[in-house]
Amino acid sequence: MKSSPVKRRVIWTIISVLVILYALFPVASIFATSFKLPSDLTSGTFLPTNWSTSNYEQILVGDAQGLFLSSLRNSIGICLIATFIAVILATLCAYAIARLDFPGKKLVLTTALGVSIFPVISIVTPLFNLWRNIGLYDTWPGLIIPYLSLTLPISIWTLAAFFRQIPWELEQAAQVDGATTWQAFRKAIVPLAAPGVFTTAIIAFFIAWNDFVYGISLTSTEAARPVPAALAFFTGASQFEEPTGAISAAAIIVTIPVVVLVLAFQRQIVSGLTQGAVKG
Amino acid sequence: MDAVRNTPAEAAPRKQPLSDRAKAERRLGFWLAGPAFIIMLAVTAYPILLALWDSLFKYRLTAPDDRAFVGLGNYATILTDGLFWRDLGVTVLITVITVVVELILGFALALVMNSALKAVRGWLRTAILVPYGIITVVSAFAWFYAFDINSGYINSWFSWVPGIDPDLNWFADTWTALFVIMASEIWKTTPFISLLLLAGLAQVPGELTEAAEVDGATWWQRMSRVIIPNMKAAIMVAVLFRALDAFRIFDNVYIMTNGAYGTEVLSLLAYRTSITRLEIGMGSAVSVLLFICVIIICFIAIKLFKVDLSGARGGN
Repeated sequence: MKSSPVKRRVIWTIISVLVILYALFPVASIFATSFKLPSDLTSGTFLPTNWSTSNYEQILVGDAQGLFLSSLRNSIGICLIATFIAVILATLCAYAIARLDFPGKKLVLTTALGVSIFPVISIVTPLFNLWRNIGLYDTWPGLIIPYLSLTLPISIWTLAAFFRQIPWELEQAAQVDGATTWQAFRKAIVPLAAPGVFTTAIIAFFIAWNDFVYGISLTSTEAARPVPAALAFFTGASQFEEPTGAISAAAIIVTIPVVVLVLAFQRQIVSGLTQGAVKG
Repeated sequence: MDAVRNTPAEAAPRKQPLSDRAKAERRLGFWLAGPAFIIMLAVTAYPILLALWDSLFKYRLTAPDDRAFVGLGNYATILTDGLFWRDLGVTVLITVITVVVELILGFALALVMNSALKAVRGWLRTAILVPYGIITVVSAFAWFYAFDINSGYINSWFSWVPGIDPDLNWFADTWTALFVIMASEIWKTTPFISLLLLAGLAQVPGELTEAAEVDGATWWQRMSRVIIPNMKAAIMVAVLFRALDAFRIFDNVYIMTNGAYGTEVLSLLAYRTSITRLEIGMGSAVSVLLFICVIIICFIAIKLFKVDLSGARGGN
């Protein structure tokens, strides 16, 4: 620690570059693969010898278009709805936990914790059979409902942690100053709570977007199959052709929104993930 | 401190018989928290009860008329089958190795982020968040294609390492396949652990570390005597949640080997039994066993580490 500032700078630059390489290398790897021509796939090099956008054409306007675009639509729709429901319910619930006095607070939080450590595969087996019987198999609601088991618990915990830090006295202060209850809540509390709600929505969306087990088990066609499942079931243009390039291109397309969200909201995401997580 | 305890301001002054106001507050609390609570029970407790019930039957979707009550017969079949125990072994192995490596790597990353120059700190955090945000399936494909005997570049890059040559098929042998599976799992989830540990590091009182430094403690002494003991809670929480998560590993294995060459894990066994082979009864029994394993892990963790689970929240 007593070394010269210049030396310290150099060391830290090297460490930082290594960390960034570690974090981004697999992404760069699949990015490079997505631009390879089929003839180039087996060359054993990292970068393509000829950069080609044919893989992207195949999944966006070509013969794999139907498969990929419908799964993209399913994923966006299903994940947004599941996130929306979870965040609304969790906001009400977390508000009650942070602000109101009622028995059973601890029970709600413990249940949320229990649900979040529940093995997804244990839920999927009974749902598979149940959904087939009541007609929810391979439908949007058939995925939205189980996704709530992923998005709801983390939303409740994250929001409860956020809401606890809000100085609720502000509301009373505003009321003393002559605001109605609703005005006081809207003007004093909502602006403070909004960033937490928004962060929670992003985290919940990430988690739903990442699901694979429900996606492959509870869908069978393009009607509801989300992106991760579609990637796993991609087949090549012909049965002798590996779909490597097309899968890589699709993987890059679904990764871009994630990276953009991460770049834009990294500060909020980090605080959302860690708040309430390690406060023992 | 504890995320769960009621805020003292609310808990203290309400001991008298409930006033109307307090009753109204209670009712509002139930109404606001109730829907979320009921939905959580509906989407998890109900299916697991259903699985418990289904697991007592011999029940194949392809032959629904043969449905017959067999009691614990399915469990007996599974528990006496070597396949179950081998899959359990693979799952435990993956869990133990990934958690240990992630803890060390995650701690190193947390230290780097904690003491990096201000200018790069934001960049590091952003970079670290990328693996967290990426779909596990995408990460699995990235690692798979890099190591794949046809499309991979790893073999030609590392051909100077003894044992690696262009003909090495990483996914045709248990140990090399498990190596890649675990590497991708570690890459994907270390950021989560390191963010938790970073939050833990921030809670170590600065005066303690400074005092130790003034007293002439070496870096290692400060680490082992001051910093790590003060982060115990954070470390335990991170380990427990990662362990529970690793135990459920599915995506990576499904994409890379689909359980071939001795790499099958418990989740995949459950999936294959019920969804692929449509043996609902047997598959439900595997699901229940997996659920019981997770409960056992929690129980051990609570006993062993004395973690207050209610003070912690996980998720990935």
